[in-house]
Amino acid sequence: MDRAFAHAATAAALTILVILAGVAAFLVAEGAPALTAAASDLPGGKGFIDYVAPLAFGTVLAAALAAVIAVPLAVAAALFITHVAPPRIALTLGYLIDLLAAIPSIVYGLWGIFVLGPAAVPVMKWLEEKLGFIPIFDGPASVTGRTMLVAGLVLAVMILPIVSAVAREAFAQAPRRLQEGAQALGATRWEMIRMTVLPFGRSSVISGAMLGLGRALGETMAVTIILSVSGAVTFNLIGQANPSTIAANIALNFPESSGLAINALIATGLVLFAITLVTNMGARAIIARQERI
Amino acid sequence: MESSFQALGQAQPSRLLASGLDWRRRSVNIVMTALIAGAFVLAMLPLFSLVFEVAKRGIPGLSADFFTTDARGVVGGGGASHAIMGTLIITGVASLISVPIGIMAAIYLNEYGTGRLRRALTFFVDVMTGIPSIVAGLFAYALFEIFFGPGIRLGVMGSVALSLLMIPIVIRSAEEVLKIVPDHLREAAYALGTPKWKTITKIVLPTAFAGLVTGVMIAVARIVGETAPLLVTTGVVDSMNTDPFNGRMQNLAVYAYNEYRSPGVMKQAAYDKAWAAALTLIAIVMVLNVAARLVYRRYKTEIR
Repeated sequence: MDRAFAHAATAAALTILVILAGVAAFLVAEGAPALTAAASDLPGGKGFIDYVAPLAFGTVLAAALAAVIAVPLAVAAALFITHVAPPRIALTLGYLIDLLAAIPSIVYGLWGIFVLGPAAVPVMKWLEEKLGFIPIFDGPASVTGRTMLVAGLVLAVMILPIVSAVAREAFAQAPRRLQEGAQALGATRWEMIRMTVLPFGRSSVISGAMLGLGRALGETMAVTIILSVSGAVTFNLIGQANPSTIAANIALNFPESSGLAINALIATGLVLFAITLVTNMGARAIIARQERI
Repeated sequence: MESSFQALGQAQPSRLLASGLDWRRRSVNIVMTALIAGAFVLAMLPLFSLVFEVAKRGIPGLSADFFTTDARGVVGGGGASHAIMGTLIITGVASLISVPIGIMAAIYLNEYGTGRLRRALTFFVDVMTGIPSIVAGLFAYALFEIFFGPGIRLGVMGSVALSLLMIPIVIRSAEEVLKIVPDHLREAAYALGTPKWKTITKIVLPTAFAGLVTGVMIAVARIVGETAPLLVTTGVVDSMNTDPFNGRMQNLAVYAYNEYRSPGVMKQAAYDKAWAAALTLIAIVMVLNVAARLVYRRYKTEIR
């Protein structure tokens, strides 16, 4: 009985490896027909690379935009909870941030298109008029709010809790003696944070940012609902024509597709899997290295 | 306080300069503190806006019909009972798959695992938490397509996809609570000659029980609102289906998406229902989160 229980536990743990290998294997098996098919048989008619490249571009652009917006906010929010807010309410504030992670992505999508999008239209008009010389605000500004900028903002809100949670954990563990030493030497609170807390948490912030990036790369529904896609490859964040993302493209087209189009979508899913896998493994490797120190 | 320290440290002649420096450092401190607090408030705004808007727009769509009727053969009307039932069944089956695997794997990682294999598994569990939900859906589709042919849509496919997302969450939280069961409890059991499996099932698991339940509830809360993996696996249907192994099955998240995406002729009514479904989902998630916390507080074993 003792042996049987041990074997059952081991088998359950090994299931993880089987599942991960299975995900890769089945995606390869079902995606392969699209990789070997004649270019003209695929959606777009110009081969798989031409099909997936603009989608991969949109995926990375949306995720990078989200990370650029979310990381500073998440770090500041984490600092607020660990070092600025009264300790008595810090736990509750952390719980509020975590609630952002609990909200289903479909709800973020609806909020993005019905609330944030319309609210962002005048802002984007202003950006086009005042900052239009910067290529990302080239315009013409969208009148519907279904732009890359709004999608990036919503993604930023969605990944903020995970980035913040990782940063918070690191900041809370910053050595007390250094902080007290800095304050005893007359450092202000900000100087203490800048000189002791931030350097200590730096690699955690980097890995948290990468985890957030990984989350944003694979996030589907918010982008599917918000973005008005055209397949264009552009850095213009506020225009009508936006590149789609791999995940959104699958969600938009999968339900009505059949035959080789399905294989092509699964193959793009494989590309997305590979991108997020590399990002997440990088993040985890940084965390693991830091824990050993 | 800081200024007096500063003044003490400075030689008298440079007093004027010192207070100038002091002023600069103090204002930087104030500005940065304000920025940090401001960033927190800014990060909280979406949460409040979201909850407020969902409540405001969701309530008009809520009615007895919404919870008790399906949408079969009704133009622009009908309820979401089939979607609610589908959500319960799909999530339930996903939990049936994930909880045993997840908890047993956590037992392996915490009680049995050693060395390289354990480290590798911990790493891959982390990697698994990063699988995009749409990829989980594609995997389930690819798996079932090989056995049942193209275009297959089943409730249980959605459950398989969700399990992929749920298992690592269950493992993570279960590992966390198993870790805090003190070793002296295990040692006391061994000293009495209790075999290891009995120590785990009769001592460790009961001690950690409240934490395990809490972890499972949080994991359910995380997957109950998933849309993308179900969009590609369970299909869209207007009528009640309670058999996960036979035919398409609707669920709340996909229902909300479809009411938004294809509102039909009665646009506002469809949008109302999308928001009502969103509100129902948020309510389920919040209840699960709060209940999880209450369970933990009420039933946790005091460990000394």
